[in-house]
Formats: sequence, structure tokens, C-alpha cells
Amino acid sequence: MSQDKERELLLEFSHFGFKYKAQAEPTLHDISLKMYKGEKILIAGPSGCGKSTLASCINGLIPFSYRGEMTGSCKIKGKETSQMSLFEISRTVGTVLQDSDAQFIGLTVAEDIAFAPENDCLGEPDLHQLVKRTADLVGIGTHLSNAPGALSGGQKQRVSLAGVMVGDVDLLLFDEPLANLDPATGKVAVELIDEIREKTGAGVVIIEHRLEDVLHRKVDRIILMNEGRITADMTPDELLCSMLLKENGIREPLYLTALKYAGVRVTPEKCPGGIRTLSLTEEDREKVRSWFRNESGTEAAQEGRVMLEAEDISFAYGNGRQALDKVSVRIREGEMLAIVGTNGAGKSTFSKVVCGFETPGSGTIRFGGSAGWMGLSIKERADHIGYVMQSPNQMISQIMIRDEVALGLRKRGFDEEEINRRVEKVLRICGLWPFRSWPISALSFGQKKRVTIAAILALEPEMIILDEPTAGQDYRHYTEIMEFLKDLRDNGYTVVMITHDMHLMLEYADRCIVFHDGKVIADRSSAGVLTDPELVARANLKETSLYDLAKMCGIGDAEAFAKHFISYERTQVRR
Amino acid sequence: MKGIFNYIDRPSPIHELTGAAKLVCLLLWSFAAMSTYDTRMLIVLPVLSFMLFAVSKIRLRDVSFILTFTVVIMVLNNLLIFLFSPQHGVQIYGTKHVLFTITGRYVVTQEQLLYHLNLVLKYLSTIPIVLLFVCTTNPSEFAASLNRIGVPYSIAYAVALALRYIPDIQMQYHEISQAQQARGIEMSRKESLIKRLRAAAAILVPLILSSMDRIEVISNAMELRGFGKHKKRTWYMGRPFRAGDFAAVGLGILLLAAALVLNHLNGGRFWNPFV
Repeated sequence: MSQDKERELLLEFSHFGFKYKAQAEPTLHDISLKMYKGEKILIAGPSGCGKSTLASCINGLIPFSYRGEMTGSCKIKGKETSQMSLFEISRTVGTVLQDSDAQFIGLTVAEDIAFAPENDCLGEPDLHQLVKRTADLVGIGTHLSNAPGALSGGQKQRVSLAGVMVGDVDLLLFDEPLANLDPATGKVAVELIDEIREKTGAGVVIIEHRLEDVLHRKVDRIILMNEGRITADMTPDELLCSMLLKENGIREPLYLTALKYAGVRVTPEKCPGGIRTLSLTEEDREKVRSWFRNESGTEAAQEGRVMLEAEDISFAYGNGRQALDKVSVRIREGEMLAIVGTNGAGKSTFSKVVCGFETPGSGTIRFGGSAGWMGLSIKERADHIGYVMQSPNQMISQIMIRDEVALGLRKRGFDEEEINRRVEKVLRICGLWPFRSWPISALSFGQKKRVTIAAILALEPEMIILDEPTAGQDYRHYTEIMEFLKDLRDNGYTVVMITHDMHLMLEYADRCIVFHDGKVIADRSSAGVLTDPELVARANLKETSLYDLAKMCGIGDAEAFAKHFISYERTQVRR
Repeated sequence: MKGIFNYIDRPSPIHELTGAAKLVCLLLWSFAAMSTYDTRMLIVLPVLSFMLFAVSKIRLRDVSFILTFTVVIMVLNNLLIFLFSPQHGVQIYGTKHVLFTITGRYVVTQEQLLYHLNLVLKYLSTIPIVLLFVCTTNPSEFAASLNRIGVPYSIAYAVALALRYIPDIQMQYHEISQAQQARGIEMSRKESLIKRLRAAAAILVPLILSSMDRIEVISNAMELRGFGKHKKRTWYMGRPFRAGDFAAVGLGILLLAAALVLNHLNGGRFWNPFV
């Protein structure tokens, strides 16, 4: 307690509640929370638990941009936020929003960093100096005249961080900072946040449901939220030993799950908060080893008919960038396949070439053994391969679910009876039948995603390609979408997923094709990819923590260990 | 994916001018081009604008799409005028020098040809200079200089943001239209107008919805970083007015004055060599 008194109290919620003006029920109930300067806390919880609303209360968007009713008290540095202005709050709290691409304001890195001081009327030459100094602090000083959008994912993070740090704030708030990042960049981002905290001594609040990735670096406390309430406020070591994560719809780190499967008793003394701090006894290691059985080879590789065969595909964009360089890929009937790689590695371009959105400079694609594929139009190809874009908002154009799903069929001139039959069928498959007469605007994000998938399935393609099917989804929705896709696969569809999500790769993809610089650099099992350090580094992925655990326990074949984990989970735990 | 047109960053004297000076010059230039049908003046303007193009290092290739589009419209416009009013020139100039007869009332006269020439020259006087302005003006610097000449900074910033998002929106449009084409929505000329309008909606609705998402994010981001805090703000990209800027404004004034003087001497907007 005496220590607490010495530290400056940054943030204090007591019995705080909030109800949005447009909603009947409060989103936040009875929130009590204290945070001191220099602390690093993680706020985790499933979608809709109120964590983003809490973030808006901290940075002042509530009550200044989103109206509603506040109860209780919310103080920043001892002052009620409702008595302050948004600008006053922004001097203390710097916010990095979820989508770093969408929040860039300036045309160049320098202008983006300069935005806040410009608004403070900082004149020359101080403005240029301040920008340079801040850019150097986050290590982006050599890119001042670049457009933020043209930078790599990690550099973008640095720019958005510089943009809020320039104001010398006491508290940095990150709203789902990892949502759109590939695993390697996410890791860099977590390290960067830590580094900046050490340099500036600012407090850090991270809102994120990807717990394992945030725990790559130490956090002081984790605050768990569910249904608008705080359900836990404790150290990571304590929390990870409890059952609270599962109860609150948060995925626990894979190594921890594996330990539990192996019958290891996880206690706070073993420091389970991070794979690096984890210390296991010899007895624990033995338990893991005896749980692990090398089953490689027991599962015969399924050799289906080759459905899509791309050979030596090359493609260059108008600006001369070689996006695909002699890419050859075979996709078999009934496969569930992941295509991974950094942004710009060629994975999206490849799917565009397959769907006919772009015409390759050279190479051929055969579908179902027929070379006639290259002569088909976009529309004709869509009868065989459906393409689902990342955000449902990019596809939905109708008001009612039924119309959206029927759109492609109507355009193809099917009679109304056939349309009704097919729409009913796909709505049932997609679990949307109960909502069939609803307007799309009444659906949740995950449900909207299903509508776009349903609209594609209605055309009865043999194969669907999905761009980031689970981006921004919490564990429950992730599981829901992925189990649904797996059911589709079991119903005979071939499913191809373009993704950054390592859990998805590991748990759901039969096979993984890795793109790098326009080339395919690997084509093997996901467990194999994620336990190969060299491949992981080239493809901007991150080793799964199962790899570290295997090493820790002296298991040489990490790939087999990861495979065992997945098959154990599939056969023993689920259903 | 190539943008239709937007800022192209190449060092040149034209790029160095402030956006406000260029805008004022552009406005005066356009008034000059619009106010007169004096062929002599209308020859000077395109020649001048192509010279400026050369100075600016913007290549015709960079703006080829919009230029082709303009040429198509220009040809169409001329054809329609001749089709509906083959004697328009005769009415304007009051004389009739027949060159040859096509059929019936479609008689080609010198007057009509001069009128068409003027029309073509008007296109050439205005379009290239507008393209030049867009391609050589950095949106942020433009906002800064608009603010300098008295435009409120929130409006200036809105203009800059709009300019900045043109390429983004073009890209989004491209992606969405591809995905919608796959579902069978075609914008081809084979379809009837109503069907094409419907098809356009199928692309525009998602485009607008996803843009709205972005607008919310960006406006929150701006507010959280203090946009609108004070009545004034400073500009990282701001530049003081220099000699070149005054020269550009001077050129605009000169051109407009010349056009007005010519109109006065010609006793109207038309220069008539036939009397």
C-alpha cells in the first residue's frame, strides 16, 4: 500500500457504468479499477464484453463523441473526465486505434506525427525538430517523407505510436493493436510497446483478446471483462492457473493447454505468464513426454482428385512489381488449405489470378483437369470457385438476407423456384435459416460474414477462397466460423483460406502453402511450417509456443508434438 | 492498379509553387478561357499549358486515361453540335462561306469550322491545366496554403483528405467491382440502362458502407489528437509565398485581362475574321 501512495494514480474508475444513448441496457456495469503511472495492464474479454467501450471512456470519446448516460466516477489524474474536455484528456491519454491503416491522417510519416502538435499551434522550427526527435525515438526517423500506407506492418505501428507519443502523454492506450498484424509483426509490436514504456515511463493499457501474443512480454495485471463487468483483476501468473479464461471466452496460450492435457498441475510458482518465464520441474517434463506419442504416419495422407492446378504462374502489376514469380500450386478436392505469407508476398494476387480478376503474364491454370479455365470470364469462374472478401461490408449490397443470398442466382437467370430451393438450402447450411426474413443490418459481424459466404455458396461452387475468414474475431466467433468452414469441407467443398492466424493454420488447415516475395517457399503441414524456425522467419510468422514447449521438455520432433496436440484436441477434447 | 489521376511527386518548378497560388492562377486561367471565343487567345492558352506540362515533368502518359476520356467527350460534343446545328457558325458570324455540301442542310461552311475549332481549343485550354494542377499539388501543402489565404482550416483539411483518399477509393472500387462481377453483376454495355444503374448500386452500396467505417475511424483519430482544439493551427507542410507564386498569380491576371480586352476590341465574345 505504501508503495502505491508514492506512485501517481493515473486512472481511477469507481462503480462506473455507462449506457449508450441508442441502447436500452447499459454496456458497462459497476467498473472499479485503479491504474498507476508506469503500470502495464491488459484488458481482455470476448467481443461485446464492453472492453472497447471502456477504452472509449478512458480516452474521452465517451462522453464527448458517443453520447450516453454515465454513472459512478471515472477520474484521470484525479479529475472527473466529464468535467474535462476531450482535448484535455488527449494531453494525458494517447490512443492507438485498432486499424493502423485507417487512422493515418497525414500524407507522409512526418505529417502524421506532426498532426497533434500542429493542432497545438506549434510553430517552426520547433515543429520539425519535435517530429524528428519523436520519429527517432520509435526508430522511424529515416522514413519521414514516406507515405505511411507504403510502409511495412511493423513500421506502421511505429508511426501510429509516434503520432500519439509526440504529445508526451502519461498513458498509452492500445485498442486491439494486434488485430490486423501478421504474427511476426505482432510480436515486434508487443516488443515495441514495452520498449517505449521503458523509455518514457508511461502507463500502458492494452485491449486485446489475443492473450498469448500480448504475453510475449510481461504485463503487470490482466483485467478480464465479460458482459460489461470486470470478472478478474490479477497477475498473469495467477490468472493463467485459474479456469477464468475459459469461463470468459478467452483462448488460453497453447503451451498451457498442452500442459493441462498432459496432466501437469500449473501453479503461479511455475510462472506460466509467458513461455519464457515458465519453469517446469523434471517431473512435469516427464509428464509431457509421456503424454506425447509420435503418431506421424498413422494418419494417411488423403489423396483426393486434383481440382485446381496452377503451373508457373507469373504476374506483374502495372508499376512493374513482380507479384507472382513462376508459382505452381495444386489443390485437391475436399482439402482445407491455408495460404500464408506477409502482406505483398503474393497470396492475394494468386487468388485474384485464380478467380480471373487479374490475367497472369504467363503460366496456366487447369480446373478439374480442363485447360479451358483460362478462357472463362470472372462470372463463369465464379460458378466453380467462390471468393469471399475479408470484410462483409465490402460485399453486401442488399437490405434483406434473402435478397443478398439470391443476388447471384437472379443475375444468372435462374427461375424463382430454383432460387428459393437453393437459398433455403444455403441458409440452413450457414445457420441463418432462423433469420431468413431479417434485414442484414440487424446481424452481428460474424453473422454478416456468414451471409456473404451463403451468397457465394448459393452459386454452388466446388471450391471457396476466403480472405482472412477470422480477422478481428474473438475465440467464440473464431471457433464458430471455423467449425462452420470445417463442416463445409466435410460436405465436400474445397476450402482455401488466406490467413495470418496461426491458430487457424494449426488447428484447421490440412496443408499450408507459404508465399514469400511472389514465390511459393513451402508446401507442407501447418505443424511443420510453424515449428521450422527458418521458414517462420522468412514468412513473417511466429513459432507456435508448442515448439518452445517441446524444446523445453527435450522432445526433438516439435512438428510431431504439435500434430499430436491437434489430434488430441480433435479426438479427446472436442465433442 | 493505376490511379486515374492524383498527385505525382516529381521535383519541378511547378511543384514548388504553393497550392493556393496555383489555384488562383487556375481559376483566373479558366475564366479567361471561358470568357472568350477569340481564336488567337485560344491558341495561346493550350500552347502555354503544354509548355507548363513540359516544365512540370508530368508526362502525358501519367494522365492518359483522363485525357483520352476528354478527347472522346470533345469529339462527341462536336459531332452533336454539327448534327443538330450545322449552321451555328453562320448564325454567329453572320456570313456564309460554303466549302462543300454533304447532304440537305448539312453544308460545311468556314464559319462552322471556325466555331468547331474554337470549341476544340477551349477544351485544350482548360483540361490540361486542371490536370496539371491536380498532378503537381501536394494535398497537404494545398490545405496549408488554402488556410493561408483565408479558408477555415477544417474546410482546408477536408479538401486535403478528400484528395488523399481518391486513390484509396479507386482501389476499393476496383476490388469490390471484381468481387461483385464474380457474383454476376455486369456493367457491360449489353445491359439496359436500368440494369446498369442497379449494378452500379451493387458496387456503390458496399463502397459507401466501407467508406463510412473509415470515416468514423479517421474522425475519431483526428479528434483524439486534438483536431479542432484551437481556432488556428500550424502546418508542417506550410510554405511561405515566394516570387514564383506572385508570378503565377500575375500570369493568371494577365491572361484574364487579355481575354477581357480582346472581347472589348472584338465587340463581343467572338472574334470574326469574315468581315
